[in-house]
Amino acid sequence: MPTIHFVLKDGNTRSVDAPIGQSVMEAAILNNVRGIDAECGGCASCATCHVYVDPAYFERLPEPDDMERELLEGVAAERRPTSRLSCQIALVAELDGLVIHVPATQA
Amino acid sequence: MSPLSSTPPTLAIVGASYAGVQLAASARDAGFDGRILMFGDEPHLPYQRPPLSKGLLTGKTTVAALALKSADFYREARIEHVPDMRVSHIDPAAHRLTLADGSTLAWDWLALATGARCRALPMPGAGLQGVHALRSLDDALALDEAAHKGKRVCVIGGGFIGLEVAAALAGRGLEVTVVELGSRLLSRAVTPEISRFVASLHAAHCVRVLCNSAVQAIHGHAGKVSAVELESGECLGCDLVVAGIGVVPNDELARAAGIVCANGIVTDALGRTSAPGVLAIGDCAATPNPHAAEPDTPLRLESIQVANDLARAAASLIAGQPQACIAVPWFWSDQYDAKLQMAGLMSPTDDVVVRGDPASGRFSVFCLRDGCIAAVQTVSRPADHMLGRKLVAARTAIAADTLADPDFDPRTLIPR
Ligand SMILES: Cc1cc2nc3c(=O)[nH]c(=O)nc-3n(C[C@H](O)[C@H](O)[C@H](O)COP(=O)(O)OP(=O)(O)OC[C@H]3O[C@@H](n4cnc5c(N)ncnc54)[C@H](O)[C@@H]3O)c2cc1C
Ligand code: FES
Repeated sequence: MPTIHFVLKDGNTRSVDAPIGQSVMEAAILNNVRGIDAECGGCASCATCHVYVDPAYFERLPEPDDMERELLEGVAAERRPTSRLSCQIALVAELDGLVIHVPATQA
Repeated sequence: MSPLSSTPPTLAIVGASYAGVQLAASARDAGFDGRILMFGDEPHLPYQRPPLSKGLLTGKTTVAALALKSADFYREARIEHVPDMRVSHIDPAAHRLTLADGSTLAWDWLALATGARCRALPMPGAGLQGVHALRSLDDALALDEAAHKGKRVCVIGGGFIGLEVAAALAGRGLEVTVVELGSRLLSRAVTPEISRFVASLHAAHCVRVLCNSAVQAIHGHAGKVSAVELESGECLGCDLVVAGIGVVPNDELARAAGIVCANGIVTDALGRTSAPGVLAIGDCAATPNPHAAEPDTPLRLESIQVANDLARAAASLIAGQPQACIAVPWFWSDQYDAKLQMAGLMSPTDDVVVRGDPASGRFSVFCLRDGCIAAVQTVSRPADHMLGRKLVAARTAIAADTLADPDFDPRTLIPR
């Protein structure tokens, strides 16, 4: 199971193991990682599962599709080059050690 | 805080779903330090409903992924979730409630987050085996199982849930007919432009859509559904019927306690009902909405956004820093590969500007009221949706012909 390290708003890190195929958003919700709201439950409709992906891992992710790219225009916190919607990142073996930064706000 | 408040105060929540969970979570976040009890009459941990008609029926989502929050979340936030427990009576004057097992509980704040239930089909045959409705996880699992065996399905009602079910089941290879009483699909919620697109989308996926059609009766054979008879006399053979004719609010507890109800438990923008200390939030509540064409009339909206935002407002009241709910209503629906997103509340008398070509499957409909953007409804244009929420919140003024110009960029309307 890949491990994901969530860097929280308060600077603390929460590390969780999550099965391949699960989305980073689901891993956060199911492991009680605060700061990822996911109001639409992963339907790619709300942009409240916004995260910053650590640059070392960002390049390894498949490109966002058009829907995600457009939704990212509406994130509540600052949009950065490493912004992604965590419900659209599916875990694969190569993402073991993934570092995710939780943004300041989702609303 | 109410005069009866003991230390520590108790917040009792009836209903363990979006509204109840958000209230509990936000009250804690805002510093409410008393006891929080959340009673739900379902056996599950609170779970997500939108995927029931979307991902779950199409196989894209699993039951395990539906949890709204993890069990740890409730433990950490000291939210006592009591599953499988119905609240059977509330007494606002005595600040008590009674549970189905006969025990009683004193509360300082009571929040009714009881949601809504499917409207029952009024015609003969509604009780036949093979007639389904969709509100709960158990409903979805039953429908999923029936769909494995079914071949021909008749969906009664061309609203969001009926159409999402139609799309999901058509995608699974079932032969689907949608029967709608009104002259167009989704007539309450979207503009005719979007209705037309949705009708063509379903037609392109070989779903038969019959508008202006009333169901007269459901016929069966050996207790199982076999056909749906329309008022026109036409009989649609089917082995599965899905009713999507809307919901009714679960307002019985409030009614019995003498709390003012009008198609839902009437509240203000902080979730306050007519009974002191009693709040109502989510699908069961009817609340004046500043973005509606009639902003002073209590309006019951069924959406995650309303459940969350009114719950946040109610939590702010409980925590002693009241902040009324003024959020822009938004909603979405996924059908096949199309993503419908609605920001604001349209009214049939709004002026309408279409941007983009509906034939391309990606376009936006802007609704103008009194010269201002009152609603934005998009098909597979999430950027316009996100922008639309801001434009509606700011009641942005714009001339229809400016907005209609394809070279005009509506993003320039947001002050930088
Ligand atoms: C299939 C489906 C798809 C949907 N899709 C979308 C969508 O795409 N976008 C969107 O925004 N919204 C969608 N919705 C609507 C959304 O799910 C509701 O708006 C939301 O669930 C409302 O939350 P709530 O907490 O007010 O009520 P509910 O979710 O209805 O929960 C109320 C809970 O209270 C319980 N309860 C009732 N009375 C009692 C009692 N006396 N004692 C104890 N418990 C009680 C009920 O059993 C229920 O569990 C969808 C709904 C369904 C059914
Ligand atoms: S959970 Fe809503 S966009 Fe990711």
